[in-house]
Amino acid sequence: MSEPTERVDAMLARIPYAQFLGVKIELAGDEMTAVLPFGMHLVGNPTLPAIHGGVLGAFMEMTALAQLLLTEGQARQPRVIDVSIEYLRSGRPLTTFARAEIKKVGRRIANVHVEAWQDRRAAPIAALRGHFLVTPTKG
Amino acid sequence: MSEHLDAMRNFVQAMNQGSPHAIALKMETVALDRDGATLRVPYDEKLIGDPETGVIAGGVVTTLLDHACGQAVHTGLTEFKTIATLDLRIDYMRAAEPGKDIYARAHCYKVTRSVAFVRAVAYDDNPDDPVAAAQAAFMLDSSKGRGFGANLKDRKGDQ
Repeated sequence: MSEPTERVDAMLARIPYAQFLGVKIELAGDEMTAVLPFGMHLVGNPTLPAIHGGVLGAFMEMTALAQLLLTEGQARQPRVIDVSIEYLRSGRPLTTFARAEIKKVGRRIANVHVEAWQDRRAAPIAALRGHFLVTPTKG
Repeated sequence: MSEHLDAMRNFVQAMNQGSPHAIALKMETVALDRDGATLRVPYDEKLIGDPETGVIAGGVVTTLLDHACGQAVHTGLTEFKTIATLDLRIDYMRAAEPGKDIYARAHCYKVTRSVAFVRAVAYDDNPDDPVAAAQAAFMLDSSKGRGFGANLKDRKGDQ
């Protein structure tokens, strides 16, 4: 079994869309933070400027997938069944962070909550709740 | 109403051409009418989410649906207003077929003074065989008092 960081890094490196967005993973022990450095190609509204809402949704989706892979191990990439995204604040031209919390994992379905923030952890810019079709290899 | 629609047709083209992320995805508005908006993202290998199958990432579908819903709001209004997504709920029914362009068709079915409600589907061939379905709510006049470069200043009211 390879190191957890390497496993998640390897997963992200294989996903062209993760490379396109520029998503990275940081680990502090077993706590994972996904990092999305700001880039002009992420901007949806150029006048404010603001990160595209879809990008924030996609970033949080990817955070949930990476967390499931890290915590549960997956025979194949989890499939998204549904997501509900709440937009709390406009995404500024700054680095965005996200952390996922797995609320429940069954044999087939996982429920995951994700929160994204920028300069202040206590002032999240968006949240996601989703169900994922999983194939856990641990437990 | 049709004058507003004509203005909005120009506006959404400018919105697509002025939005770096829309350009990066090669997103286009293919139709805009009283019933809503239809947008397309062409298949591109750099947008693949599952390297084993070549299927486009769910995140691309999320962005396309968000963008399409936003443009549909403008068809539901009678004058231009700034808008912001409040929430977006998406059901992913099946994987998009690798190699095919993805479309989203969005319809704004209710507008109140402050909020617009939108439904949308994403599909590759047939809107009746959707890849994903979305339901969204948008805040209207979202940029009131927040002009050009507002996001470059310190955030107010968060302390």
